[in-house]
Amino acid sequence: MININITERKVMADDGREESLGTDDDSDQTGADGSLNNTMVEEGSTLMRRMEICVAEAEKRSGKNAVSMQETYTVYLIETRPMDAVAEGRNPAPDCLWRRYSEFELLRNYLIVTYPYIVVPPLPEKRAEFVWHKLSADNMDPDFVERRRVGLENFLLRVASHPVLSNDKILYYFLTEEHGWKEAVYETGFQAKADSRLRALSATFRVRNPDKCFMEMKHYSDELQSHTSQLLRARARVADRLYGVYKVHGNYGRVFSEWSAIEKEMGDGLQSAGHHMDAYAASIDDILEEEEHYADQLKEYLFYAEALRAVCRKHELTQFELEMASQDLISKKQQREELATGIVRTFSLKGMTNKLFGQEAPEQREARLKLLEDLIAEGEETVKEKTIERAEHVEKAWVDMQRFKEQKDKDLREALINYAVMQISMCKKGIQVWSNAKECFLKM
Amino acid sequence: MRQHMYTQHFGRKTRTLANTQLYCEQQRRFRAKSNVTDRSFYFEIRYRKWHPRRASECGCCVELRWKFVFSKSPELRAMSGHTVPADFSEHMLDLDEDEDLEVFTKNTSLPDGSPMPNSPSSMVNQYRLEDDDEGQEVANTKDIFVTVDHPESQVTAIETFVLYRVVTRTTRSDFDSSEYEVRRRYQDFVWLRSKLEEKHPTLIVHPLPEKFVMKGMVERFNDDFIETRRRALHRFLNKISEHPILSYSQHFQVFLTAQDLAPHRKQGPGFLSRMGETVRAVANSVRGLKSRPEEFAVMQEYVDDFSNKMCCMDKVTQRIVKEQREYVDELKQYSPTYARWGELEEDLTEPLKGMASCVVQCSKEAEEHIQHLSEVLVPALHEYVLCAETLKAVMRRRDNIQAEFEAKNEALLTRKVEQEALQEEVDVLADRMEQANNSLKGDWLRWQRSMKTDLRSAFISAAEKNVEYYEKCLAVWESFLVSQRADSSGGQEDVA
Repeated sequence: MININITERKVMADDGREESLGTDDDSDQTGADGSLNNTMVEEGSTLMRRMEICVAEAEKRSGKNAVSMQETYTVYLIETRPMDAVAEGRNPAPDCLWRRYSEFELLRNYLIVTYPYIVVPPLPEKRAEFVWHKLSADNMDPDFVERRRVGLENFLLRVASHPVLSNDKILYYFLTEEHGWKEAVYETGFQAKADSRLRALSATFRVRNPDKCFMEMKHYSDELQSHTSQLLRARARVADRLYGVYKVHGNYGRVFSEWSAIEKEMGDGLQSAGHHMDAYAASIDDILEEEEHYADQLKEYLFYAEALRAVCRKHELTQFELEMASQDLISKKQQREELATGIVRTFSLKGMTNKLFGQEAPEQREARLKLLEDLIAEGEETVKEKTIERAEHVEKAWVDMQRFKEQKDKDLREALINYAVMQISMCKKGIQVWSNAKECFLKM
Repeated sequence: MRQHMYTQHFGRKTRTLANTQLYCEQQRRFRAKSNVTDRSFYFEIRYRKWHPRRASECGCCVELRWKFVFSKSPELRAMSGHTVPADFSEHMLDLDEDEDLEVFTKNTSLPDGSPMPNSPSSMVNQYRLEDDDEGQEVANTKDIFVTVDHPESQVTAIETFVLYRVVTRTTRSDFDSSEYEVRRRYQDFVWLRSKLEEKHPTLIVHPLPEKFVMKGMVERFNDDFIETRRRALHRFLNKISEHPILSYSQHFQVFLTAQDLAPHRKQGPGFLSRMGETVRAVANSVRGLKSRPEEFAVMQEYVDDFSNKMCCMDKVTQRIVKEQREYVDELKQYSPTYARWGELEEDLTEPLKGMASCVVQCSKEAEEHIQHLSEVLVPALHEYVLCAETLKAVMRRRDNIQAEFEAKNEALLTRKVEQEALQEEVDVLADRMEQANNSLKGDWLRWQRSMKTDLRSAFISAAEKNVEYYEKCLAVWESFLVSQRADSSGGQEDVA
């Protein structure tokens, strides 16, 4: 049904080899056979089903940025093909366009604002983090660019297979309209709709009755973030040390080789053992390269934690606004009551001034009452709106959080299995090399 | 060269030379003819008369003297070589009557029951240097077993030191008993080794563990340090006991048997004489050698290269151990991150905890691996670093002996007076040089073989341990994989 074709053609590769990455990294969210284990999708047709998407290449460009400074940046080639064409066996040339990272960010920000009840898939990291000494932190480093390419493809695939997000028009334009997309995004006015940080923060502190489940989820997202980042840091250090161990064995290769020159009987054995030591030392590069993909899988969920927290915060905000609106309504009603009955229940400046300077004229009171009535009516509308807003958010968010949880469990389980497979492969290589070395020593 | 030397010295003494040569010729024929297959019979030949001025043996006789052999029969006594060259000028050696050659044996019959002849013709195969299974030979015929164990601290008013128990079991007849147990301290071992080196300046005496450890622990009484030293001392004594010449040393016997070593330690040339030797050595080295014989030049080069390589190997191995240790430390930080995360999750708890446990197990295996490296490969390489230094010292001593001879020889040629006295001295030195060279040549091959065996076995052991380490880790991860695949819901394809 869904044909995920991910080919990679490294622009910067020296040896010109073509690697087919297969579906290891990116199919996990959709399953190898393409079926989403998510009941919501059955009716809707996600974008994924209608078109084939891939981020094929990365390229360096230079240009003038917003402040008219020359800068170098990387662009990524997005290729799309209509699914039915592929199914029919036709192989039309894919439509393609180039996008840079900042445009992806824009898209994501738009999605976050527009769908605040969705746990929006994260982008790959902007800057290299959790590096160990051999990995460069340079954003232009080809390995980093390659991993980012994979990450961006993963992002698009996740978004395009999301039951809700995939139907978004802006997403569609992102994939199909090279020019004019930015204008379209800005036209949606999403930036205005974005909640100010301050508002959200104050809501977090002042909300009184947030939904318990959301609070738990928020707590979970904090913990998830903390644990995954600890894990990634520790893993990076382990990788660093392992690298050291393997590379020092390369010295054995050199010394054996030199030593073999002065020995008569032992010479051959030492020489060949030295070769094996060199091979051993060289093998760590590939091993750790593969492990970076595992780290990337974990990183995705580190960033997902942030998205999850954003949904919870949105809930706090809607809840808070509802509470505020309700509070406001209550106080206005109280004011009306006071004005109507003349009884001052609570201490107020008006009451004081009335006492001191005498009460106001009846006409003024009428005017004020009328105003209040209008305000109350407005307030009741607001409360209704906010209630609906909150309820909708809760309902939709809850659904998506469930979907997210299932996705996360599945993906992470698979990631751990992949890690075990990598370890097994590393052990097998080690056994091979040292058995060979032992043979050489036996022949000495 | 030999020819030159003889004509130089003994130009007039053709008779002596002729006799000597004849004798050697006879010896060669004996050796060629000897067809005894039982290689357990070896005799040392001891020459009764000695006239330093007269004939000096040619190299093959010196060889003969220096070769000696072990016997399976406990009654046969072999003694350590005394440098007693024979004077053949008076005798024309007869194949059957050989009064000069005394075969020492208490057992007058061969193992097969026939009486043991006393003639040279019955002298069986000499110690062949090029034998391959000589090492095997020694092992099979090993008649002395020494162990070093039970280190104990001793505290006295003046100092604190460690005493090691040295246990000897032997069937040799020159030992009064078959079992000995004595206590020795490190200084005693140093004494033994210096005595052995003194007696046999160009034999390769296995090195002792170092007095101090430069970096790392300074504490002399650290358990690890003591254990490492004990092992090295054990190896030292075993190497000595396996050495065909050194194991018959009087000093070695005393070391193994005397309850109190103190009276023996006082005897013999002391500090001053060693000083004198060193001074002469320095003086000679300042003069420089005229020319080193080809084979020793090659040997010197090899020794220098070997020393470099061993130092490198030692450093690399120490570095590997260090890196491994740091790796294990990081692993220990790594596994709890999985465990803690597992506590947060619900459905993922089980795989995450499984991961934590796998990492823990792998780190344990890695620690065992480090342990093995430290116990096997590191000491073996370090030992041969020290051996290289020993070899250098041996080469130096040989050079000194040659230099001394050359110096005296030159004096003999240039001076007109005191020819007789000088001639005597030159004879002595020439003889000494010849012996030194031959000892070294003989021992060199033995040492090379021993080095190859030791290092080969250390490397094999290290490689095996590596394989074992990876196999164990493989098992850990495979079982994790099995448990995960069994648990996971259907549809999970084989990712491997």
